Amino acid sequence: METACAPIRILFPTERNAVPPTLDPGSHPGATAPERIRNFCIIAHIDHGKSTLADRMLQLTEVVDARQMRAQYLDRMDIERERGITIKSQAVRMPWQVREGERAGEPFVLNMIDTPGHVDFTYEVSRSLAACEGAVLLVDAAQGIEAQTLANLYLALENDLHIIPVLNKIDLPAAQPEKYAEELAHLIGCEPEDCLKVSGKTGEGVPHLLDEIVRQFSPPVGDAGAPARAMIFDSVYDVYRGVVTYIRVIDGKIEARERIKMMSTGAVHELLEIGVISPEPVKGTGLGVGEVGYLITGVKDVRQSRVGDTVTINSRPAAESLGGYKDPKPMVYSGLYPIDGSEYPLLRDALDKLKLNDAALNYEPETSAALGFGFRCGFLGLLHLEIIRERLEREFNLDLISTAPNVVYRVELEDGSEATVTNPSEYPTGKIAKVYEPVVRATVLTPNDYVGAVMELCQGRRGQLKGMDYLSSDRVELRYTLPLAEIIYDFFDQLKSRTKGYASLDYEPTGEQESDLVKVDILLHGEAVDAFSAIVHKEKAYNYGVTIAAKLRGLIPRQQFEVPIQAAIGSRIIARETIRAIRKDVLAKCYGGDITRKRKLIEKQKEGKKRMKMVGRVEVPQEAFIAALSTSDAPADTKGKK
Amino acid sequence: MPGALPSGEPVPATGPVPPGTPAGEHGFGVYAHVPFCASRCGYCDFNTYTPDEAGRDGYVDQVLAELRRAASVVTPRRVDTVFVGGGTPTLLAPSELGRILAEIDRTWGLADGAEITTEANPESVDPSSLRELRAAGFTRISLGMQSAAPHVLKVLERRHTPGRAVSAALEARDAGFDHVNLDLIYGTPGERPEDFAASLDAVVAAGVDHVSAYALIVEDGTRLATAMRKGVLPYPDDDVAADRYLAAERALTAAGFSWYEVSNWARDDAARCRHNLLYWAGGDWWGLGPGAHSHVGGVRWWNVRHPSAYARAVADGWPAVGRETLTADERHTEDVMLRVRLRDGLPLEHLDEAGRKEALRQAEAGLLDPAKLEAGRVVLTLRGRLLADGVVRDLLTAT
Repeated sequence: METACAPIRILFPTERNAVPPTLDPGSHPGATAPERIRNFCIIAHIDHGKSTLADRMLQLTEVVDARQMRAQYLDRMDIERERGITIKSQAVRMPWQVREGERAGEPFVLNMIDTPGHVDFTYEVSRSLAACEGAVLLVDAAQGIEAQTLANLYLALENDLHIIPVLNKIDLPAAQPEKYAEELAHLIGCEPEDCLKVSGKTGEGVPHLLDEIVRQFSPPVGDAGAPARAMIFDSVYDVYRGVVTYIRVIDGKIEARERIKMMSTGAVHELLEIGVISPEPVKGTGLGVGEVGYLITGVKDVRQSRVGDTVTINSRPAAESLGGYKDPKPMVYSGLYPIDGSEYPLLRDALDKLKLNDAALNYEPETSAALGFGFRCGFLGLLHLEIIRERLEREFNLDLISTAPNVVYRVELEDGSEATVTNPSEYPTGKIAKVYEPVVRATVLTPNDYVGAVMELCQGRRGQLKGMDYLSSDRVELRYTLPLAEIIYDFFDQLKSRTKGYASLDYEPTGEQESDLVKVDILLHGEAVDAFSAIVHKEKAYNYGVTIAAKLRGLIPRQQFEVPIQAAIGSRIIARETIRAIRKDVLAKCYGGDITRKRKLIEKQKEGKKRMKMVGRVEVPQEAFIAALSTSDAPADTKGKK
Repeated sequence: MPGALPSGEPVPATGPVPPGTPAGEHGFGVYAHVPFCASRCGYCDFNTYTPDEAGRDGYVDQVLAELRRAASVVTPRRVDTVFVGGGTPTLLAPSELGRILAEIDRTWGLADGAEITTEANPESVDPSSLRELRAAGFTRISLGMQSAAPHVLKVLERRHTPGRAVSAALEARDAGFDHVNLDLIYGTPGERPEDFAASLDAVVAAGVDHVSAYALIVEDGTRLATAMRKGVLPYPDDDVAADRYLAAERALTAAGFSWYEVSNWARDDAARCRHNLLYWAGGDWWGLGPGAHSHVGGVRWWNVRHPSAYARAVADGWPAVGRETLTADERHTEDVMLRVRLRDGLPLEHLDEAGRKEALRQAEAGLLDPAKLEAGRVVLTLRGRLLADGVVRDLLTAT
């Protein structure tokens, strides 16, 4: 990785690297009649072949030739490519001449708007959907629909999008298109015969799908004469050009060299460039009703150009925004600490850089007695956390410890005051009246053989069953209300292991509930270790205390004195382990030939001692913190491709 | 002497130290290594070879060649101590060992009252060979007894019977040795508390004036380590080792011995091993033979390990294959790490201010003797002796 922000590979034209325009004849951006435009997205689960299908579309519409083709053109970041998931959406303009049917020969412009595929990015997904009139529901013909896809499908239906169900990978020997066509038909309320069958790999059925996109989806509708209104559905930071904002024009026209205005903040920016992606950026003179493209204003931080906001023209501003804008709200918090304390400034710089491209990332410096200087970071969810952490480690070469993720708690005190807790060690010490925790509506899709196992898991996690439906004869949709805190701790791992990997999960925040929660502290030789404090349900406090104490007993080497490890709620000890004092720490022999070896051992131990963290008088190896804080598998890892 | 050599810098063709290097200001010792054993014990990783691994022919002549070469660069006033170790030195005839002593006396000169020790396996000596050794000039003998329990000796793969070591010790006294030592190993898998108590009773009954007792060290690459890795034998338990150490201290003190180094007890000051004290005081010594280490004036070096390689090396040059010139920091580390293990202790002024403060803290924690500290000496308490490595680490890393 050459630079911090290198993963974005699209080259925006600069004076030194001008890209020759390859515009589709007769339909220049800014001059395309809305009825010639189709805006659509593809809803699919990871691994169900969305990127491969997109590649085929780019080739068929000749916006990318075979030579330029690189696999999965649209997934730009390395991490995305490795995990096989799409984090940042993007829009590609493709010319298409209908091949068959009544409109054969007619030219159209298809804007394919890519959507993120994960629950953490639900809001971004909803904005991408809002930029479209139709959605292709892409399902692996060998696997059937997954919970996340289902959630996005419901979101699309809520947005009144027309759905074209498509079964992919029909070339696979394990494909069961008839079975899953029935499932899709049941979900959407269409006939099984309405499901298109394609193979992204071979290209079979893809031209027909493009024709159907033109035929089935409605063209965008807007008022060309009204003051301009465009919705931002994505915003990314480019190291050379600053923030690149992706918009869908609803009314009027955004023209080059106008000053634009962000309606949520009222901020006015020079419009340096406007154009379309096809699939490299092509500069244009403007974008009209229904068109999708990008604009560059020279701002350097995606927070100044936020997803969901409405863009208008400053000289003739719209009276009302398009609505639907929400501030991204962190749902999960974790402390990130450099293993080598001297890397703290590097971590700060790295977060500052990532923030430019991530409006949802938020962080504040914090100090932990156990871990030193670091940051308390807020994330949209676990995947978001994992992605940020991985980028910090990979792109910035940082070795990090992350504390156990926690949700945001709202605490009402008896004195009537209220506190928002994003770090368990900051849990109020005063008399607490009520504690509220965020809850989610979770959907689990599972083969019916595992319904019992899934129910047992959800009940163990304080879940409440809200409903259960058979999608087909052997696949069940279970709907639960669950505390978010129960999901962010190894829930997904457990779900996968109890269902042999077959179940899928989706969830969305639905609010908060009052719960019987307590803060458990872990004391080492009488001193609380902030990194291990946790807010847990009262019934699980003992279990947490016993588990962590036992884990630490195995990780912390014996000291010259006995070290009690205690788990406590307030001043009440609920669990205790003891690290017995070391009784022998002496090499028996030290004669002439042993001296050099022994001295080198001591020098090594002296170095080792420097990496010890002192908790009071107890020496704790850095590794003990890392090991105690790690769960077996980060849930997000299991969601990506192997 | 452990088997593996440290890594160091190459040795110049002119030798490990330049001619005329001052040596022996605080005494000078000679160590001679005899790298042969009749068989290899299961726990041993020393640099030693059985008859089918290396021949012994001409070995003493090779040692004498190195000795003469050594005498051309280093000229101490006299030699205060000689220690012939192994391996099993007594696999060589007493007359052969006597040739080494004679040549040391001829080149560097043995001091009046020099302490001249040889190690021996109990089964490799008898009354007549012991008399011959004494006649050749040896004043002290160190016998590897290890245990009085047959099943423990079996785990260690020692060939002698438990009674043999005690008899050999008595025979050595009869032969006129001034000082006799018995070595014990404790913490061997299968050793019960009463086994070790019996071993202690036996050494006391043998009438020796010096006892060394070592916790079993499981060295990589030994048969013992393999057996433990495979789960055939359990790993030694540090808590058991601590109990044994306390038992040794109790029994030996009751019998009139006093500790003077973590693993060494003597009946009186005269019975302390002066050669080993020289190592621990940072003195100079020349180590002869394959794999032997030497130290002169802050330079330490070590010889090539294998006897055949050694034979080739001494034929026309130096057998030393690596050396290190100790920095002030390294000398300080060694000074602290070695002297803290002694009953005489480390002079407090050898520590910096942070170290002295740490010493006070350790005295409070019961690891150092507060009265001795008051008098300017860092001396371990009984509990401190068992935690000596931690004490050293903390003294050296105090800030």
